[in-house]
Amino acid sequence: MKQLLVISGKGGTGKTTIVGSFAVLAKKKVLADCDVDAPNLHLLLKPEVKTSGDFYGGKKALIDAEECRQCGKCIELCRFEAISGDFQVNPLLCEGCGVCFHACPYEAVSLIDDLSGNWCISETVYGPFVHARLGVAAENSGKLVAKVREKAGELAEEKGKDLIIIDGPPGIGCPVVASLSGVDLALVVTEPTVAGIHDLTRILGVADYFGVRKAVCINKYDLDQEKSKEIEGYCAENGVAVAGKIYYDPAVGKSLAAATPLINYAGNKMARQIIKLWQSVEELL
Amino acid sequence: MIIAVASGKGGTGKTTVAAGLAISMSAERKIQFLDCDVEEPDAHLFLRPSLLEKEPVFVPEPVVDQSLCDYCGRCMEVCAYNAIAVFERNVLVFPQLCHGCGGCSYFCPCRAIAEKGRIIGVLEAGRSGNMDFVHAVLNIGEAQPVPLVKAVKKRLNPECLVIVDASPGTSCPVVEAVRGSGFCLLVTEPTPFGLHDLAMAVEMTEALKIPRGVVINRSDLKYDDIIENFCLSRGIPLLLKIPFSREVAGFYARGVNMAEGIPEWRETFRELYQKVMVFSETVARYKR
Repeated sequence: MKQLLVISGKGGTGKTTIVGSFAVLAKKKVLADCDVDAPNLHLLLKPEVKTSGDFYGGKKALIDAEECRQCGKCIELCRFEAISGDFQVNPLLCEGCGVCFHACPYEAVSLIDDLSGNWCISETVYGPFVHARLGVAAENSGKLVAKVREKAGELAEEKGKDLIIIDGPPGIGCPVVASLSGVDLALVVTEPTVAGIHDLTRILGVADYFGVRKAVCINKYDLDQEKSKEIEGYCAENGVAVAGKIYYDPAVGKSLAAATPLINYAGNKMARQIIKLWQSVEELL
Repeated sequence: MIIAVASGKGGTGKTTVAAGLAISMSAERKIQFLDCDVEEPDAHLFLRPSLLEKEPVFVPEPVVDQSLCDYCGRCMEVCAYNAIAVFERNVLVFPQLCHGCGGCSYFCPCRAIAEKGRIIGVLEAGRSGNMDFVHAVLNIGEAQPVPLVKAVKKRLNPECLVIVDASPGTSCPVVEAVRGSGFCLLVTEPTPFGLHDLAMAVEMTEALKIPRGVVINRSDLKYDDIIENFCLSRGIPLLLKIPFSREVAGFYARGVNMAEGIPEWRETFRELYQKVMVFSETVARYKR
């Protein structure tokens, strides 16, 4: 079984748009949305949820006001400034380390499991789909990403699918690291802008760091052809395959507004570009 | 005054709005620009500051002196992150999992655990014109952006008009960037994706109790309804629309902010600032 991850570093370069089209083109696959912080793929795939579960990311401290003698030990030791002067825990700042729990001489602190999101296994017209949502201001996105990938793996095995297509998160931090481990190919979607190029070099570095094979798709290719050539030059120099080039097309706006995979809306030229991209990716897998 | 710029969804134009506001206000106010997207910091590409000051950012990492350790396992028991493992005659530390809470070192009965600093990135500061600029860059392979966001926020100068550029999403690094602000601008785009993530960002500002307003980027009269109706139903002020334009996109591609490339926009951004002040003052008065 193969795993394809679509990432970008910079947000808004078109990850979900590309994955939406792959959902139409690929056969025998499971889809997974690992951008648990701001998941969007479900808007395109219109899933029917079959099973779902709660996600407990960690713990939060809770101080029992009746037991607390306000000695101040917890405030002194907490490195996250999560306990206020009146001995209230701010759940937005508490990282659940438990130092206050272990240190309290009066056993006034308890650690409560923190419900910080949920995950779903769904059916879509494009095939099975695993997605999740991390609660607002929650932590441990990496753990929820791992959960989504675990469920996607089980589902692929159960349904006899040989590919998992993962819509990844932006950035290079914890959820990206959790998305990258053990994938067969990371397709980096970039755009010809100074910010796009800057972030592309960083995310390619992260893929190298974790020893993941990578390829690049240049989206909005004609926004600045000079910058697109610069990206191609950079990729050639660093031995990274450019798997596809997608030109700007008004169909993108229409398909977004209709929340429908782009390939269903694309004219001939754009459809050819997307199909070509998918064929190159399939070969690289 | 601290104005944070966030979005939920990536690529909607946070940095464009933050930099546009900073450039437009710099003639009349002392500006401090804090780029808190430490995973993919991009604002410097548009503001081009001279980053003369560089300072490594450390997180504490436990170091076990095995000559003092009696392998009792207390550190492993208190560590909530499985970042330390004790075997019969060995202790292993996994620095990438460590949150630096200090529990292992504090509770070790043998005083065998010290903490040394591990560099996870670099903070850079400097000036762009008469604007103060601070950002931080997370090292490749590191997973924890929050300590770097904290390091940037520590430089906050309350005498300035402070503009905070956050990362996408609504989880811990964004909360750290936005918290403490007087107002949060939420930049979105008129698509179902923009709306979905805007709703999450609104929820975050509500959890943090920070007044907020919306900016629609790549505004398109055909589609703006989707955001306008949401703002209307939730009582959220819609402060600015930036129409889709190839000209703005072209400037952006080359690293030129719209307020620099098209000077007429400066007046619009100054008006945006005025509106932000009016709304934040109204909310502050209401709270009193």
